Amino acid sequence: MVSTELGYDQLLSIAFSVPMPYEWSVGVYGSLFFHEIMNHNRFLGVRCPDCNKVYMPPRRLCGPCFKELDELVVLPNEGTIEAFSIVNYPFVDPNTGEQRPIPYTYGYIRIDGADTIFSHIINETDTRLIQVGMKVKAVFREKELMQGNVQDIKHFEIVNP
Amino acid sequence: MDHIAIVGVAQTGYEAKIRNKTNYDLVYEVTKGVLDDAGLSLADIDNIVTVSNDFMDGRTISSMAVGEAAGGHDKNISTVEGDGTFGAFYGAMRVLGGFNTTLVVAHSKGSEGSLKHITNAMFDPVYHRLIGIEAISASAIQANSYMDRFGLSEESFAMVSVKNHQNGFNNPYAHMPLNLTVEDVMKSARIADPLKLLDCSPVSDGAAAIIIANEEYSRRAKTRPVWIKGIAHCVEEYFLGDRDLAVAKSLRQASRKAYEMAGISRPVDSIDVVELYDAFSYMEPLWLEGLGFCEEGRGPGMLKDGITLMSGKLPVNPSGGVLSSHALLVAGLARIIEATLQLRGEAGSRQIPEAKTALAHGINGPCGQSHCVWVLSSEQ
Repeated sequence: MVSTELGYDQLLSIAFSVPMPYEWSVGVYGSLFFHEIMNHNRFLGVRCPDCNKVYMPPRRLCGPCFKELDELVVLPNEGTIEAFSIVNYPFVDPNTGEQRPIPYTYGYIRIDGADTIFSHIINETDTRLIQVGMKVKAVFREKELMQGNVQDIKHFEIVNP
Repeated sequence: MDHIAIVGVAQTGYEAKIRNKTNYDLVYEVTKGVLDDAGLSLADIDNIVTVSNDFMDGRTISSMAVGEAAGGHDKNISTVEGDGTFGAFYGAMRVLGGFNTTLVVAHSKGSEGSLKHITNAMFDPVYHRLIGIEAISASAIQANSYMDRFGLSEESFAMVSVKNHQNGFNNPYAHMPLNLTVEDVMKSARIADPLKLLDCSPVSDGAAAIIIANEEYSRRAKTRPVWIKGIAHCVEEYFLGDRDLAVAKSLRQASRKAYEMAGISRPVDSIDVVELYDAFSYMEPLWLEGLGFCEEGRGPGMLKDGITLMSGKLPVNPSGGVLSSHALLVAGLARIIEATLQLRGEAGSRQIPEAKTALAHGINGPCGQSHCVWVLSSEQ
């Protein structure tokens, strides 16, 4: 006979904590976008010839027009805060595997001349000092440390608060 | 069943690593391609089925990232996570359910993830995953079960690899056409006994799309419609140990249903060309048995007798099959596309003369846990 008695603390679980590796293609426009940051500390967008919308970062298609896009436009490294949130819970940075210092501010930023909104970190965590509509400017990594990814932008900082 | 047809097809070339294109790019290119092929505009498409797998893409709800590229802005999009034949099956059901047209698009880039990790994750995390089983080792067990049951030789499987890689030369989309001998296959690296390197399909990047239309829209398309006469799928148990791996039970059931729907009683006499999912060489004869083209254990004999050669009575995988190009999820849709091209008479140097009825087949899950069978015809 086998006993079916089992204490609650004897119930087992299986731990699995090994990350799966990936290597994602960035694509042609994505590569151009990051090279523009690495070479000139500025952004690229792309304009739809049908609806005139400027997408930033640039992408191959305008979804509503189903139109292939090829008119790249250079954009400045400045924009406006459209929305933000100061985040207070711990988050493991997927790039480093380490916990990101908290609090940090997640920003929803419209780069001047773009119609879509870019997301990044804003280096202001005091709710009294940040508000929607403020101008922000990108702060880039030192050129020799740039790797061609979104962390080549360290964060955005508020301009002339 | 109402008359529904495949009215457009498109596929990318299959390659080991398409570095300059993202999944979004691949999906856009075949979406544009399939509309051009059909001579329809996006306005003619009233619903879209995307096919993707989150572990493959490394992205939660992977379908969300390609909806726009699939022309899905403001349209009804839904997703099938599985082989493209199953996505197409769902797309056909949507047309039968009242939509005029469904665009089905599948993508995958095997180069971006780790297939051994990803296919290991198919298995039960408590009993199977930690011992390391994945697609290749599970298939090796199936190959051995099949050989042992029926007294088959590794050479008979190697012959399939020789045939299909050779056929691949006739397919401009193929990833790996190869000029091989049985000896080459037998001497290639032993990956997992009895499977050698050249018994295994390559892992490819690629995408494919089809448009399925009702009778009215099939007349609007510029292509010669290829009619869907019978479709069915069936699934077996999840645990490998619950299954008899030497017999494709669910394929037997799925194919019988599809034949019944299509009014076919003797498939070997009624079907002119077959495109099936040969992820490993042994799968082709095993699936031929499941499809009822011969008795159990007689699959390898069909190639020995020359029946499945390009010049035979029942050519199998004139495209080079999955052994020549294997973009996961996409490969089944590619089988439907190849069957469609055959029935349109547009298969170029891989064309089987006067093909009127074709069978396309896809699998999902380890060792063909589920099978999807399509019977297609050039005649309404």
